[in-house]
Amino acid sequence: MIGDNVALDRISIEFGNFQAASDVSVDIRPGEFFSFLGPSGCGKTTILRTISGFQEPTRGTVEIGGRPMKGISPNKRPTALIFQNLALFPLMPVWENIAFGLRVRGMGKTERRARAERLLDIVEMSGTGDKMVSQLSGGQRQRIAIARALAVEPKVMLLDEPLSALDLKLRQHMRAELRAIQERTGVTFIYITHDQGEALAMSDRIGVMSRGRLQQVDSPEAIYNRPVNAFVASFVGENTILDGRIAAEDGKFVRFDTTAGTFLALPGPELQEGAFSRLFVRPEHVRVGGEAASNSVSAAIAKIVFEGNLITVVGRTSHGTDLTAQFTNNSTSIRPKVGDHLNFSFDPADAQVLASEPVRTKEVA
Amino acid sequence: MANIVKRYGIGLTTVFVALAAFWMLALVWIPYSIMIEQSFRLYLPFSELNGPRDVYTLANYASLFDSIAARNVLGINVPIPVYIFLLTVLYSCLVTVLCFAFAYPMAWLLAKRVSVGAVPLIIMLLIIPMFVSELLRTYAWYIILAFQGPLNAALGLFGIGKIRWLTGYNGVIIGMVYTYILFMFFPIYNSLTSLDTNQIEAAQDLGAKWWDVHRLVAIPHAKSGISSGCTIVFMFSVGSVLVPTMLGSPSSRWFTEVILRTMFESQDWNTASAYAFLILLVCLVFVSLVMRLFRVNLTDVAK
Ligand SMILES: Nc1ncnc2c1ncn2[C@@H]1O[C@H](COP(=O)(O)OP(=O)(O)OP(=O)(O)O)[C@@H](O)[C@H]1O
Ligand SMILES: [Mg+2]
Repeated sequence: MIGDNVALDRISIEFGNFQAASDVSVDIRPGEFFSFLGPSGCGKTTILRTISGFQEPTRGTVEIGGRPMKGISPNKRPTALIFQNLALFPLMPVWENIAFGLRVRGMGKTERRARAERLLDIVEMSGTGDKMVSQLSGGQRQRIAIARALAVEPKVMLLDEPLSALDLKLRQHMRAELRAIQERTGVTFIYITHDQGEALAMSDRIGVMSRGRLQQVDSPEAIYNRPVNAFVASFVGENTILDGRIAAEDGKFVRFDTTAGTFLALPGPELQEGAFSRLFVRPEHVRVGGEAASNSVSAAIAKIVFEGNLITVVGRTSHGTDLTAQFTNNSTSIRPKVGDHLNFSFDPADAQVLASEPVRTKEVA
Repeated sequence: MANIVKRYGIGLTTVFVALAAFWMLALVWIPYSIMIEQSFRLYLPFSELNGPRDVYTLANYASLFDSIAARNVLGINVPIPVYIFLLTVLYSCLVTVLCFAFAYPMAWLLAKRVSVGAVPLIIMLLIIPMFVSELLRTYAWYIILAFQGPLNAALGLFGIGKIRWLTGYNGVIIGMVYTYILFMFFPIYNSLTSLDTNQIEAAQDLGAKWWDVHRLVAIPHAKSGISSGCTIVFMFSVGSVLVPTMLGSPSSRWFTEVILRTMFESQDWNTASAYAFLILLVCLVFVSLVMRLFRVNLTDVAK
């Protein structure tokens, strides 16, 4: 088995006059683990239904393995969809669930059963073939759903938040499992999630979506370290966000004026002249303590959160701006106390000025 | 039980239980027991009651076979009452199958295809004809199906010659399908609405054609609705009096008509009881067959 590529070309999907997806273009490579990441209601499921054929795009085209999919019904596409609620068949025993796709292809019973047993091995569930779905735990059902989808030897697996119903431990375990199955089978996985940790940990590439638009398609590292705009930066990971405006360019950096002072930072890719912008810096890139220098500001420690391996401190400047810093807990790390005045600083290469939508009043205050 | 007492108090619980017991006992078990007991005793003049001839016997049941007239079916001479009995069961099965054939697609469309907003209106349109009494509705079909009636007139417009609808069992079957179809429709509709649309799509996604979706997913899911629909329609059909009387032709006889004749023309309530008990038996056999066929239990059918 080896996966197919999936090419979405300027897909728009409208429900009445509601735009669920606008101008989505992405080329997903064969055998890739690709995630769509975005908040609830941003159109992730809609995109997946378009790839699997349950939803015709209003505009744009879907190609799978170089073949245009227009007019091809879901049962003829080389895709297998794993539903948000799994949608296993409750009236069939586990092995018949797995062999369903083979049954409707006319395969005989003994062969079906043999295949189902082999797939049960792959998902490490051998011996459960005769159980009913209702007798399985959440994680086990998950695996059966995967086995059922793999049974039809799809070129592309589509997974709609399949882990969202599981508890944290099991979720982490299943992430690794899914990734392993994907690598073993070589099938293209298109994975949907609103959990950034999940997307970062599993994917070859991530497409971040907001309100029906694809904001950025990149490797997990690039998404985290080089977000193209404010939405991506704030949806993936934590940030200290400073409002202000660009004062001048300074080599490869820009000078960014804020109420708390002027900072040097990298300009983001989507910056436009005169457009609203904000400075983003990750907590782990902010240092606490040390001498006042460039890119530093004095702040009073307002809050300290001890998380075991990490310590998070929030400092408030005299202008009321909050800065968050995070550092690992070891014998040399500093131990500030609430009320201490310390310098918060960051490297200009670790901060970015990004295009943003105008701030809501609450955030200005 | 303790739960109910806790919830409603001892007084109200007693009333509930007493009412239920009264219903079961006075309105179901006692009349049926009397009927069954009567069916094993002969129809005797008042003076001979409790006399030497008043013994338990199967004579009433046997009388089904000692009719003078007989009918040749596949080389076997079948007495007329038995023949009518068998035809009644056979045509009731046919009515049940036809009701299913019409009701299932309708229920499917309404449960899974029609937009949710339109459903209440459609259901109203289905129910409103039921506000009219069964007698009038049946009579309406008598007019529609008449030789000079509107159906033949309409068919005439398409150049189709007049058809004699009300011969044999045609009228009876059409009338019964029309009268009882909703009893098939609603249980199936109810069980189909609870079918997760994702399951249908999962089946399609795995390569199922439309009939696979019905055969392997939808019908198994709706089996409790289908079995209760079949049971109700069959029981109503076997026991129907009005439709066969009004839409029957000289060559169509329904077993209930035989019972009525025995009861009110011959005044032989004992034999009539025996025949009525046979209908009850047929219904029980039918229910158990349906339960076998759909692998459901009694509570599913009762739903
Ligand atoms: N059939 C439909 N008719 C009208 N609007 C729809 C339909 N399906 C989805 N929508 C709308 O499209 C938007 C995107 O829905 P979608 O299900 O794709 O979101 P999602 O990103 O999968 O969200 P979630 O993470 O909550 O599952 C939503 O605002 C939803 O209300
Ligand atoms: Mg969704």
